[in-house]
Amino acid sequence: MLNTSEILETIGMISRQKLDIRTITMGVSLFHCAGDDPKAVSRKVYDTICKRAENLVRVGSDIEREYGIPIVNTRVSVTPAALITAALNDPLPVAQAMDKAAAAVGVNLIGGYSALAQKGVTQADLRLIRSLPEALSATERVCASVNVASTKAGIDMDAVRLMGEIIKEIAEKSSGTGGAACMKLVVFANAVEDNPFMAGAFHGPGEARRIAPSTWAYPARASSR
Amino acid sequence: MRAVITVIGKDRTGIIAKVSGLLYESNVNILDISQTILEDLFAMIMLVDTSGASLSFEELQDALRILGADMGVEVRAQRAEVFDAMNKV
Repeated sequence: MLNTSEILETIGMISRQKLDIRTITMGVSLFHCAGDDPKAVSRKVYDTICKRAENLVRVGSDIEREYGIPIVNTRVSVTPAALITAALNDPLPVAQAMDKAAAAVGVNLIGGYSALAQKGVTQADLRLIRSLPEALSATERVCASVNVASTKAGIDMDAVRLMGEIIKEIAEKSSGTGGAACMKLVVFANAVEDNPFMAGAFHGPGEARRIAPSTWAYPARASSR
Repeated sequence: MRAVITVIGKDRTGIIAKVSGLLYESNVNILDISQTILEDLFAMIMLVDTSGASLSFEELQDALRILGADMGVEVRAQRAEVFDAMNKV
């Protein structure tokens, strides 16, 4: 019944070689938060994240303990913000609400301040993209992404050019930290809907209300940043 | 619930007796044991069933860890599924 070599190898991997370290990401749908009143939208975003993820960190610790696996990072990912802020003039309050909610529930990062622009940049996409320098340098935990291409739709060259300019602006805006805000942005081609990997994590429009946390393991050295 | 208990450390008298004793007192059933002593290094792996245990799994983990620390060995208890997840597709 016991495979002793497998067991000893697994334990060695975790305790001595530090080779198995997990992160967990909970996907949360924010579709019901959409509206045209920025205060109401922000409050709903904050409340939803706080409610759905309130036990995430604690349960992560319990899992860590029961299975003896280190979980070094806990995250939340949400519906691409460009979709839920489409009726707002400025999506930035939602980034701030996401940041506050992430701090409240105690997660390390929150992804989904995102736009899906592979087939064209909508006004909502444009507002979100233009807000990225401020959003990423003024918040701590928010991660953003923009999908600019897909195999089916091709490459949206306007989006590509725009992102080139925006990345430089983000770097300038966060020059005090060596352009560190750029680390919280991913520009995608063929982004998948259920992607839990930061900084590009978001909860795709086709996903269910809340996705049970997914995990990823990666070596200790990569995770130490 | 099946768990794997591993004891690794410098060999000394009483390790098996004390760990088994704690499991007996806690009504944890031992399903399988494997142990090896290489020079003075002791390694023991036990597969146990905690479904009838008188302690919670967390309490059992703590009690084993403290017992191990007293004896100068590292004792850890983990749910058995983690080893299947790591090693089997």
